[in-house]
Order: sequence, then structure tokens, then C-alpha cells
Amino acid sequence: MDLQTLFALLAVLLVLVSALLMLVLDNMIGAVAASGVVSLGVAVLFVLLHAPDVAMTEAVVGAGLSGVVLALGLRRLGLWRLDAGATRQSAAGDEPDA
Amino acid sequence: MRNIASLLFTAGLAFLLLVIAAQLGFGEPPMRIGGDILSQAPAEVGATNIVTAVLLGYRGIDTLGELSILFAAATATGLVLVRGRKDCEHHAEEPPGGFILRTGADLLFPLLLVVGFYIIVHGHLTPGGGFQGGVILAAAFFVLVLARPGKDGSGGMSHTAIAVVEGLAGAGFIALGLWSLWDNGDFLKPMLGHGVMGELLSAGTLPLLSLAVGLKVGAELAGLMTQLAEQPATAQHPHQHPHPHSEDGGS
Amino acid sequence: MSALNLDTLSFAAILYAGAIGLLVIGAVGMVMANHLFRMVLALAIAEAGANLLMVLTGWRGEAVAPILGVHEAGVPMVDPIPQVLVLTAIVIGVGVQALAVSVLLKIHRIYGTLDVRELRRHLELDICRDAGIVPDGSREAPAGERPLPPPIPPSIPARAAAAASDRPLSDPTGASQ
Repeated sequence: MDLQTLFALLAVLLVLVSALLMLVLDNMIGAVAASGVVSLGVAVLFVLLHAPDVAMTEAVVGAGLSGVVLALGLRRLGLWRLDAGATRQSAAGDEPDA
Repeated sequence: MRNIASLLFTAGLAFLLLVIAAQLGFGEPPMRIGGDILSQAPAEVGATNIVTAVLLGYRGIDTLGELSILFAAATATGLVLVRGRKDCEHHAEEPPGGFILRTGADLLFPLLLVVGFYIIVHGHLTPGGGFQGGVILAAAFFVLVLARPGKDGSGGMSHTAIAVVEGLAGAGFIALGLWSLWDNGDFLKPMLGHGVMGELLSAGTLPLLSLAVGLKVGAELAGLMTQLAEQPATAQHPHQHPHPHSEDGGS
Repeated sequence: MSALNLDTLSFAAILYAGAIGLLVIGAVGMVMANHLFRMVLALAIAEAGANLLMVLTGWRGEAVAPILGVHEAGVPMVDPIPQVLVLTAIVIGVGVQALAVSVLLKIHRIYGTLDVRELRRHLELDICRDAGIVPDGSREAPAGERPLPPPIPPSIPARAAAAASDRPLSDPTGASQ
């Protein structure tokens, strides 16, 4: 097994584990972060597949912009909190709890 | 019951995908069109980066359609969010960013701007192009918004300016296509000669198209993020009860 | 040569496994999640898997990236067409994601929840109220244990027609299982 295959194996494992984490995490911030990690791992896989343009797009869009959009959505939905089942009535975006 | 049906569905999907993957040759794509493009693109377009040559040269109309899809998505987002903003009267004051955040944003902004424009104008030479550079430009402006959210969270970004830049860039893309149609009868065909391959001013109109795509994508995404960042989360529902999260991600 | 072939085979197999795994995890998340925001996240995951699968179809064993001037001429290159398609698909994906998030904001503003089961109940009540009929029993219970719906008043022909068209469909499947 050469270095390329080893890297691919590591990246695929990272991607699959964080995708499963995205499904089971109670915490929505953690789920968004896990989806960002999936995008980053997929970008590494694109580099290994000789697709530098796609890797750049995936890294910029998937790991950066999409995370920002989802985090802004979380903030406006009032889900921006680290404890999943907390009963907090007020807006959660005002407090720097991240 | 529903979970069992869902599991059966996804198991069937996985089986189908595995069957398809088993029938594909590993690492030996048929690539008829791809082979032709790889052999002819250097002489026909003159761009070093063949992906950009396909994106803006051979499949320019596809890119135009993609831009219009993005425009439709951004417009629909604005429509949904702006209609909701009226019935939400009380604005919670956005806390200002700290000193480190503001200084870091000021230092980062020109750097991100330079990187974005570099990636846009070198799209036909190196990996990158309008989409990637445009997203970086949007990020550069959004860093400023995050550092100084201002009164309504928009950070002083004017939607009119964003719309003007976006409209001009889109009109420029179409105008380049129409110019090509007027000149030699083909819509969006690369023109102005090829130049010396590998130089910055080469590949005809591809850098101009790339600039138009970058400005349009950057303006659209910056407007989209600003709209999402405006009007921070308020208690929308009077009897809103935070329900316990009860997802069963497993079986 | 055979060792090289084995290596490329295992490389491609690992990547196919990753792409199909991402697609399946995304599909499982989309059909089984009870929170709408998690559905959007699962959609993003499935999208990444589909993109990976598509780029993978253009990959060749001993090829280089489709950029001239880096390697000497004559070296085979990977297929650029799937890369271009995926490039546009990624950017469209983030637009769709932003649209989905804004629709979620709207739903949350109207109903105050994002739980699928509660939303279904709200929607059924709304539909029944708009149609002017009495909502029947819980949809969550299995068909055999569901309380019988109230008798249909003959004054509402639409409801009777819907029930009449529903009966022959649901009965044979229940009998066959």
C-alpha cells in the first residue's frame, strides 16, 4: 500500500466517521462542524483524484461558506447553544458561548 | 414502521449504487468527449487550465444557466427573509466585536481581497477561477460584517450596491456572449485571439468571463450572507417551547 | 505491473466505498432525521458523496491533473468534464442550502418548531381546518390499532370521495401483508 492509498484511506475514514457523527450528535453546532469536516475530507480526496479546481471549490464553499450559512441559520433559529436540551427562551445568538 | 421502510429504502439504494460501481471500470473511464477536449483545447482555446477552458469556453451556456440558478436562489432567499422581517418589530442589538476581532478583520480584508482577485484573474492559468475567487471575495466582505455588525447586523453593507455589482457582472457576461454572437455567429465563443499560452493576458475573453463570474458570484453570496446575518434571533413565537431533541439517528 | 494494478484497484475501491458510504449516510439521515435542520445537513452530506462519485468516474490510473505546462506533453490527463460539472454543482449546492435555511427560518417563525412529527400534526390540523372537517385519529399508530375515523357526514362530497378512493387502495395491501 503506497502513500497515496494510505492518505485516501485516512481521509475516507475521517469523512465517514464525521458523517456518522453528524447524524448522531445532539448538538447542532457540533453537527454543523461535522459537516464542515466532511467537506474538508472530501476536498482532500479531490486533490488525490487530480482535481485541484474541484478541491479548491469544495474547500472554499463546503468547509467555509456553507458552514457560515448554516451557522447563521442556527443563530437565527435560536439553536446556537452548546447544551442540546436546554430550556432557554431568549435569543441564543447574543451570548458568546462558542 | 417508518424506520424499517426507510432502512429498506436506503439498503436498496446502496445495493443499486454498488451494482453500478461494480460495472464501472476502475480507473478506466470511457472519456470520449473528454479525450477530444484534452487533445483540442490547447489549440482551440489557449488556456492552460483545461477545466476553465471547458467551463467558460465549451460549456459557457451551462455556466450562464448555473449563474441564473444561483441568482434565483439568492432572490428567493431574500424574498422569504424580507417578507418575514416586517412582522418582527423588535430588533435585538447586535453586540460589537472585540478589539482583536476588529483589528484582525481590518488586516485580513485586503489580504482576502488580493487573494480573491488573484484567483479570479489567474483562472485560465492555474487551478481556480471565477467561482472560487468570488467566494473568497464574498468572505472578505463578510469578515467586515462580522467584525462590525452595526445596528441591524448588516454591517453597513448596502443591498443596492451589491445588486448593482451583481447586475453589471451578469450583464457583462451576457454582453460578451452577444458580442461573440455578433462577431462570428456563436454565442459565448472565446475571442480576441489566444495570445501566448501561459501568460496572464492570454486565452482571449476567458479572463473577462472569469472576472464577470467572480464578481457575480461574490456579490450574490455576500448579499445572501448579509441577509442571513441581519436581524439576529429574537423570540419569534410568544409561546415558543424549546422541545427536547429526540432524534433517533440510529435504528 | 501487477502490484501497481493492485494498488490502483484498492485506491479506487476505497474511494468508491467512501463516496457510496457518504451517499447512503446522507440518504439515511434525510429519511430518518426528525429535525428539519439535520435533514439539510444530511442533504449536504449526500451532495458531497454524489460529487465524489462523479469526479471518481473521470479518474484514471496513471494520469495527471488537466493543467498544461506542469508536466511534459504526452502524459495522459484525467477527464475534465466531470470536474466541470461538479464545480458548478458545488456552487449550486450552497445556494440551495441557503434557500433551505431561509425556508426553515420561515417554518420556525410560523409554527415555532422544527420537529417533523410536530410539524406533521400542525399541518394536518391546518389542512383539516381549512377544509372544514374534523381531524381523525393519530397517524402514528399502526393501521390496525388506529381508532376508527368518525362517520363521514354525507354533506361533504369531497371527503366522501377521498375516503372512497382511499379504501380500495389501502385494503388489499393490508390484506396481502
